[in-house]
Amino acid sequence: MSQDDRPVTTESGIPVDALYSPANTRLDYAGIGDPGAFPFTRGNFPTGYRHKLWTFRQYSGFGTAAETNARYKYLLANGGTGLSVAADLPTQIGYDSDDPDVTEEVGRVGVALDTLADAEVLFDGIPLDRVSTSWTVNGTAAIMLAFYIAVGKKQQVPVEQLRGTIQNDILKEYVARGTWIWPPEPSIRLIVDTIEFCAQRIPRYNAISVAGAHFRDAGCTAAQEMAFTLADGVTYVDAVLARGRMTIDEFAPQVSFFFYTHSDFFEEIAKYRAGRRRWARLVKERWGAQKDSSCLFRMGCVAGGSTLYAPQPHNNIVRIAYEAMASVLGGVQSMFTSAWDEPFALPTEESTTLALRTQQVLAYETGVARTVDPLGGSWFVESLTDAMEEQLVGIMADVDDHGGMVRAIEDGYVQGLIAEEAWKAQKAIESGERPIVGVNIFRTEEPPADLQVYGLDADGRQRQLDRLAEVKSARSGDDVRRVLKDLQSAAEQPGVNLMPLLVEAVEAYATVGEITQALRDVWGEYRQPVVF
Amino acid sequence: MPPSAEQPRRVLVAKPGLDGHDRGAKVVARALRDAGYEVIYTGIRQKVAVIVEQALQEDVDLVGLSILSGAHLGLARQVLDCLRDNGLDDVKLVVGGTIPASDCRALLDLGVDAVFPTGTSIEAVVAGVDGLWREQNVAAG
Repeated sequence: MSQDDRPVTTESGIPVDALYSPANTRLDYAGIGDPGAFPFTRGNFPTGYRHKLWTFRQYSGFGTAAETNARYKYLLANGGTGLSVAADLPTQIGYDSDDPDVTEEVGRVGVALDTLADAEVLFDGIPLDRVSTSWTVNGTAAIMLAFYIAVGKKQQVPVEQLRGTIQNDILKEYVARGTWIWPPEPSIRLIVDTIEFCAQRIPRYNAISVAGAHFRDAGCTAAQEMAFTLADGVTYVDAVLARGRMTIDEFAPQVSFFFYTHSDFFEEIAKYRAGRRRWARLVKERWGAQKDSSCLFRMGCVAGGSTLYAPQPHNNIVRIAYEAMASVLGGVQSMFTSAWDEPFALPTEESTTLALRTQQVLAYETGVARTVDPLGGSWFVESLTDAMEEQLVGIMADVDDHGGMVRAIEDGYVQGLIAEEAWKAQKAIESGERPIVGVNIFRTEEPPADLQVYGLDADGRQRQLDRLAEVKSARSGDDVRRVLKDLQSAAEQPGVNLMPLLVEAVEAYATVGEITQALRDVWGEYRQPVVF
Repeated sequence: MPPSAEQPRRVLVAKPGLDGHDRGAKVVARALRDAGYEVIYTGIRQKVAVIVEQALQEDVDLVGLSILSGAHLGLARQVLDCLRDNGLDDVKLVVGGTIPASDCRALLDLGVDAVFPTGTSIEAVVAGVDGLWREQNVAAG
């Protein structure tokens, strides 16, 4: 078959025609609905971005808490409106900086947080009633939430004024990204604890950000990304409701979502519109929500990720800008724009600023925020949204046939599907079937970019170790032992909410590693299926 | 194709350290399997001692480390030392991932047999791995 005879499809394989018009498209406006009205195809809010732009949230964190604190202050001074904490891997997986197995990783891909003392420095001079803070942390998310509550207390900010999001989505960690600790059952229980605690105590805090982003960067399609994310969301909501202490309307507003926007412009827009509508229908039809506000699909996204390439790296600036525009036309609530140099390095201050400027130009110069859902009613975009929703329903039914998301992950089924797509994508790029400018078309002879891996600051690590030793010697060992013992007995009883004890533990300056290990002793560790 | 047609060479693809991004490791594992190697993948977050233990038990000819966290120099050094301590000097070691050009040289100087930084095509990885034994044969011949 010649190139021209192949069916033209989106990256997810949805067929697309050359022209959409009333001749081949039926628009059902009642099924689409107005912006801010069920089923929210056209966005969560009646006025779109007119009164409130999306949040510009740049992911940032490295080295020690003091260095990261300085970067946060810089970002806030330059118009950033939310913080996003990048924690190092030991913090995310529950090892202390002084654990001999993690020497190479302390402060490397994010900030090292061992105890509340580090969190105090991280937010020093940043009033927690004035910013919202997002944590890309999952296994240890409940501990990070406890840190935030404890820092807020020290700043005398009432807990109900705290705003932010913990990612707190363990299911996708088992599939991609990999910062799991305990097996699914107790991990989901701890997530339910945080959702319950936030619903009752911190009404403006998103207890979970169900994330498809990492499925996507592991290689899956846009449709799979959205469908697996919705299936994870179903798993968590079902688990909260199974506990029988809350109705859907009491916690649904604190469930949020997170995605990657990749390069297939209209498919990404359709993905967001279809996902928002599908979630609204699930909340109303599956769980019987009474309030429309429970049906809102509030989401953040990243523009960039695996769509960035090392050859001709400045092309990435253009890619990110288009992806950012697709995200906004899809109606996201917050966005992180990657820096163009990410394929080789942690971003510099300059490239981070440019990434933020990309969003600012989009918001203030292009006029896209002027009109709510400007693509609503487009024959093409509505058709693609319908086709995308159909795909979501199909993929979710397939996961259900495999016994639901937990089972499909434990069996390696989801991992297998994603590995297959990653393989196909790699082949499509290497064969030239998927054109990438500067990579397989319009290449130029250039020396390979001078990759700069963020150098691990050995002095920084030493400062962190000294600090940890200091905290350990200053705290009461008896208090730590007692609270960890209480935590363990509570962990053995599934109905007990662990959050109050976690706050107590961090306030006693128990370390992230100690808390994680105490729970590992009770719950065991996850065993990964290996699929490729 | 691997040089020894009767008995396919055995490869252990390994993810040391805490970094859990294994899209590349899985793609490379599959490419090598398709090219005729017997491939074992460790899964993510493996300790160096466990990787070497598995290399020993599985009697592999090559260990391929995938590292995206920037910790490649330290981890490669640990794996090389541990292979040597276990008498596995003849097992080849290759490293792939986010590796700056200056560190590629440093890894080779440490004793790593080949380095495949971000952006290397799977074709080039397979050719590079095939070539490891060709060079040896040339040297031996």
